Amino acid sequence: MLGKLFLNHYEAVAVILFGIGMTNLLLQRNLIKKIIGLNIMDTAVYLFLAAKGFVEGRAAPILISNGSGGWLNSSDLYVNPVPAGLVLTGIVVSVSVTAFSLALALKLYEYYGTLNIDEALMKMTEEQVELETTIEKAEEDVLAS
Amino acid sequence: MHEELKNIWKNFFNWVLGNGPRPENEVIPPDPPPDLPFTQKPQDKYSRFHEATIKERYEQWLEIHGLHIFSILYSGLSILTCVVIVCLLLATVAELPPFGHERNPANNEVIRRYVEHGGHETGAQNIVAGLILDYRAFDTFGESAVLFTAAVSVLMILGASRRNKLNKSPSLKSETTSRNFLQRGPPSLDEPILRGVASLSIPAILMMGCVVVINGHLTPGGGFSGGAILSTALILASNAYGPERVHEFYNERTFIVSSSTALMIYALSKGYSFFTGANHFHSIIPKGTIGNIFSAGLILPLNICVGLIVAGTLYTFYSLFSKGDL
Repeated sequence: MLGKLFLNHYEAVAVILFGIGMTNLLLQRNLIKKIIGLNIMDTAVYLFLAAKGFVEGRAAPILISNGSGGWLNSSDLYVNPVPAGLVLTGIVVSVSVTAFSLALALKLYEYYGTLNIDEALMKMTEEQVELETTIEKAEEDVLAS
Repeated sequence: MHEELKNIWKNFFNWVLGNGPRPENEVIPPDPPPDLPFTQKPQDKYSRFHEATIKERYEQWLEIHGLHIFSILYSGLSILTCVVIVCLLLATVAELPPFGHERNPANNEVIRRYVEHGGHETGAQNIVAGLILDYRAFDTFGESAVLFTAAVSVLMILGASRRNKLNKSPSLKSETTSRNFLQRGPPSLDEPILRGVASLSIPAILMMGCVVVINGHLTPGGGFSGGAILSTALILASNAYGPERVHEFYNERTFIVSSSTALMIYALSKGYSFFTGANHFHSIIPKGTIGNIFSAGLILPLNICVGLIVAGTLYTFYSLFSKGDL
């Protein structure tokens, strides 16, 4: 198995990178670090796709002139162009998701004063309890009057 | 024998419920004076530990150690999950066909078709550009729409509270425009080195971005990479000359108008192209000759549209995250 893994070492590294990103996503309590973990996972996927598209000894998929006004379009000359398009889609989606989640994290920081998800959740629960007690009090006052 | 067993069981039951016999030398703590604050009150429960029931003891123990144990369990389980997933994926990777081999199943008839017919069907020299902006153009339209939507959402999230503040009290305006999330204060107005370098490099960066966008169907690059280069020029200008100078020619209104116009042009022109292509109508869009700058049908205008959207979006992200406004 190790020999086979060495044959596919790009894919193997991509998978390990994916695992590192996922561990980061699960273990970090800081939201920004969680987002960084998500980005590492994205990068691992790009590496995997790019590695799957490569073919030994072939050129990038841009048509080469044959010297007399024509173009060499034999498929034996160029690497796979489809993974390039897929990686482009992945990059765009990852940029959008990262920006959106960073904006939400910024708002959370402005409101709760912390980026630690546990502390923010505790403050959220306290707020909820306070709100419930005020509502109960108000109801009791209404009933009493 | 039977009675003894019963006795033992009764004693054990009493011990579990906390009703067992008290030890001879037990010291019962006196009642605490009533004016002590809550945190200093000695607690009865804790001093008479043997009286507590199993359930109470468990709850007490959970209160002290529960969080710690939960965090250990959580970290252990998440590391275990990740290791298991990575091992499974590595086992799968070991079964994949060898890296870079030309007979791999990924290099199938789809690729042959794209490479052999892509040139004269789309007119693009760059096969990837022909792929993403002609064969799969609606996919790329979706990508641009995703980027635009993300920019608008970030604008809503980060801009809304600010705008409300500005509307309520105009006196806050001068204070909030210089407000900075990174606590750097307003950019200094005399930075000769930064300004000199910026005045030299911004035209070069702009030209480079335009070249990458316009030659997207001939060379590597295209709307996405060119747009990213163009946005760096805007960001550099914003850092060197202050955001107000950039705001004069690129603000929220410019961003919304240019991006929506680009998206509309993209949707309409590509919709026309797909409609005529699917129904075998005659299309008025010329293919041109491969390798010329004006060739490849719609790919050049579509690249320009995408470049506008990407440049605007990335500058919007930078501007919103650094000073909270566009």
